[in-house]
Amino acid sequence: MIRNNASEMAAKLAAGEITSVALTQAHLDRIAAVDTDVHAFLHIDTEGALAQAAAVDAKRAKGAKLSPLAGVPLALKDVMAQKGIPTTCGSKILEGWRPPYDSTVVANLKKNDIVILGKTNMDEFAMGSSTENSAYGPTHNPWDLTRIPGGSGGGSSAALAAFEAPLAIGTDTGGSIRQPAAVTGTVGVKPTYGGVSRYGLVAFSSSLDQAGPCARTVLDAALLHEAIAGHDPKDATSINAPVPQVVNAAKSGDVKGMKIGVVKELNGDGYQAGVRARFEESLELLAKAGAEIVEVSAPNFEYALAAYYLIAPSECSSNLARFDAMRYGLRVGDVDGASAESVMNLTREVGFGKEVKRRIILGTYALSSGYYDAYYGSAQKVRTLITQDFTKAFEKADVLVSPTCPTTAFKIGEKANDPLAMYLNDIATIPVNMAGIGGMSLPSGLADEDGLPVGFQIMSPVMKDDRMYSVGATLEAALLSKWGAPLLDKAPIMGGVR
Amino acid sequence: MTLSYDDVVAKYEPVLGLEVHVELNTNSKMFCGCSTIFGAEPNTQTCPVCLALPGALPVVNEKAIESTIKIGLALNCSIAPFSRFARKNYFYPDMPKNFQISQYDEPICVDGYVDVEIETDEGPKTFRVEVERVHMEEDTGKSLHVGGATGRIHGAEYSLLDYNRAGIPLVEIVTKIVPGTGKYAPEVAKAYVAELRDILRSLGVSDVKMEQGSLRCDANVSLRLIGAEKLGTRSETKNVNSLRSVERAIRGEMIRHAELLNAGGRVVQETRHFQEDTGLTRSGRSKEQAEDYRYFPEPDLVPVAPDAAWIETLRAALPERSSIRRKRLQEAWAVPDKEMAAMINADVLDIVEATVLLGADPTKSRTWWLGEISRIANDKDVALADLSITPADVAEIVALVNAGELTDKLARQVVEGVIAGEGKPSEVVAKRGIKVVNDDGALMAAIEKVCAEQAETAEKVRNGHLPAAGALIGAVMKETKGQADAARVRELLLGHLGQATN
Repeated sequence: MIRNNASEMAAKLAAGEITSVALTQAHLDRIAAVDTDVHAFLHIDTEGALAQAAAVDAKRAKGAKLSPLAGVPLALKDVMAQKGIPTTCGSKILEGWRPPYDSTVVANLKKNDIVILGKTNMDEFAMGSSTENSAYGPTHNPWDLTRIPGGSGGGSSAALAAFEAPLAIGTDTGGSIRQPAAVTGTVGVKPTYGGVSRYGLVAFSSSLDQAGPCARTVLDAALLHEAIAGHDPKDATSINAPVPQVVNAAKSGDVKGMKIGVVKELNGDGYQAGVRARFEESLELLAKAGAEIVEVSAPNFEYALAAYYLIAPSECSSNLARFDAMRYGLRVGDVDGASAESVMNLTREVGFGKEVKRRIILGTYALSSGYYDAYYGSAQKVRTLITQDFTKAFEKADVLVSPTCPTTAFKIGEKANDPLAMYLNDIATIPVNMAGIGGMSLPSGLADEDGLPVGFQIMSPVMKDDRMYSVGATLEAALLSKWGAPLLDKAPIMGGVR
Repeated sequence: MTLSYDDVVAKYEPVLGLEVHVELNTNSKMFCGCSTIFGAEPNTQTCPVCLALPGALPVVNEKAIESTIKIGLALNCSIAPFSRFARKNYFYPDMPKNFQISQYDEPICVDGYVDVEIETDEGPKTFRVEVERVHMEEDTGKSLHVGGATGRIHGAEYSLLDYNRAGIPLVEIVTKIVPGTGKYAPEVAKAYVAELRDILRSLGVSDVKMEQGSLRCDANVSLRLIGAEKLGTRSETKNVNSLRSVERAIRGEMIRHAELLNAGGRVVQETRHFQEDTGLTRSGRSKEQAEDYRYFPEPDLVPVAPDAAWIETLRAALPERSSIRRKRLQEAWAVPDKEMAAMINADVLDIVEATVLLGADPTKSRTWWLGEISRIANDKDVALADLSITPADVAEIVALVNAGELTDKLARQVVEGVIAGEGKPSEVVAKRGIKVVNDDGALMAAIEKVCAEQAETAEKVRNGHLPAAGALIGAVMKETKGQADAARVRELLLGHLGQATN
């Protein structure tokens, strides 16, 4: 039952073939069986999930009209506030904190009767590309437990690939939904900035953060997308417009006559051979399905990474200032006679990990008077140029495509001491966040040289998220008929369950 | 040696700069829905947003924007078609996010002015105070440092934090430098804050209660030798909580600066705290090394871009300018300049107007509020508005006097009674048994009695020495327990002693 897709589970629930309680219990059992190895979860809410499932079953028994995903379980990235449930953001500084409120995403999940199994592991405060920066230990890639599951949302992607949950919520600041999806053979979508409320998403970089759906199929992602998206008066940056019709696009969208732009700068040197091969193969399938493949250039993308590593740390240096031991979370050094200042200093010293400190220091420096114009100011200009590059490219193409990341999953520990090499993994995903457009990663096969999953990225203009779902669903169908079975069937068997 | 103020202004020219923080009276906070009512139990008016819980986001209060635009318009500012919020980053326990959402290089209102009129040696004179900017921000929470001698964080045993105030909408009004006021700098500063307060009150955007901190003034002043171009080093005095203190703080700082400069020293650029009891300031935080607030545009909020038509609607609805209103009232009530200045200074214009609108004579209304009632307020050391007497009470008292049911002297007893909480004027009259003795027979009996007791004095009056009558009238008033009409007593007494009454 756990190997079904979310939409299949939803259909069985609706038909009364299974109950949500049974489905939820099956996933809890799966988590118990494999999560010691995978370590996708930081907190499992057995009681809450089963209670929620029982409530959905009761509603269904009464004949209530339920939402499409009602009763289907989901794994929630630990960066999302959920009332009464530990929310750590993968950091020691929030150890023991239980939010007194629900994030808007969680409120929407509950409203749609989606069952929340627990909270998934992540790089501390979403800073990282491997989940190695979690204060609670790394998550392992179900394809190869010695490898990273991507980051920062490695817990969510690993949970999907290990069949611990059919749906998950991720957040994407520079690729934290798409890169984990790529390296685990799953689907991850970063909606248009402002498409999904950020209220209750613990901020890393406010102008870049965006929550989105993670799943094993494009349609499942679309169903979850529509469940969580929409205008939220509690988020001033939330877009007040109808949610793009992504489910419709995933079900019946096609690519006939569509222009698909290959971004010249996001391919070639630095991209692993197997990654490039799978990308070319996917392009051919899309062309065969009736799309016109064109090449577009985005000359300013080469500055995206540098600009990102000024903007994101600058915002994070300010966003993370609130973790000061005064009102919640960890408190260190609170002995008789200690000043508030020394408690703040000690708590932040002990509570934050190395990467978080590195970025706070970087951002503090970039915003300092005398350096602001050269660093933060220039980075904002680059951001504008990148947005203009996208605008021009979208004049030539309906969607843009690239490999999601330059390589397949690397080994745990391989890049842990080389932050720059780690940052380069996000080179193809970062421009999307800088411009606030939509981006999706879906599996395009396995690299010949290492047999690991490769991701295909589709980018669509602001609030045209439906386009990437049309393209994604078309490609997914073409690949499935080529492979004869879902890619995840090739993943190693875990916990004795096929 | 203490310099006299005259010595200071004979040598130096003061240059003012005033920053006024105004708490808006919106129902909810600047960036969340929490209540703004003053004086609630600590930390009861808070939510995830104003406590800066992880994940919470700010949303701008539209009403606060409207109020700020109104203020800008009333201060003759231009309203920016596009302005932004910025984060001002610094760590302090009473600031939940450890940054304040404020406006930095793109404020909502710029380039305005306020004209203030003060009394000078050459008569009334108008000074123009130019306003550089008006911007929006949020207030911090309140720290209460317990233990320690000074009530400051250093030396305190522990501190208590109340976040009810955190996120209350604040508007900061910053002047350009104000030169050219000469020896009138303290008066101009006071008049500016008073004028600002009146404007804000007429707009209905703030309670403007300095004693509750809903209007707070930071007074900057520097001195330069008369004729010099270069500005001197300024000090910034915070904690100035009344109009009188604004004047005292500026005057005190001018003297302190001059003493330093005369002794060959230099003024340190710093924040100073005004102390009500001594009228002096003490050193606060030094600003020699400017703090780096790492301002950057607030990414959680979108720019403020008010619609031009909306601004014009607000402009059209602005209330009467307070200077025009004063001229109008002065003419309508026929108030001499000096009396008008006294009323403005004592801040009784609103309350007198309210009394007049209830039908009382303007002169009598003014006399009551400015005289007897102000005296009682001073004795009790409270604000006029905090006394329990209302314009309706005063109007009633004036009417009773007009009807001959009270004498002025008896009316004072009624005022006392109302303030003492004995009820409305008619109730006080009834309870205290106050009534004018109108019965000539009773009065004559008293007069005859007094004249018999003080035969010598009565004889003097009878012989034409009229000033002696005062003592007899006083005695009669005493005899009738003050309830007689003194004029009638005089009439009857003089008649009784064979003198003409005129």
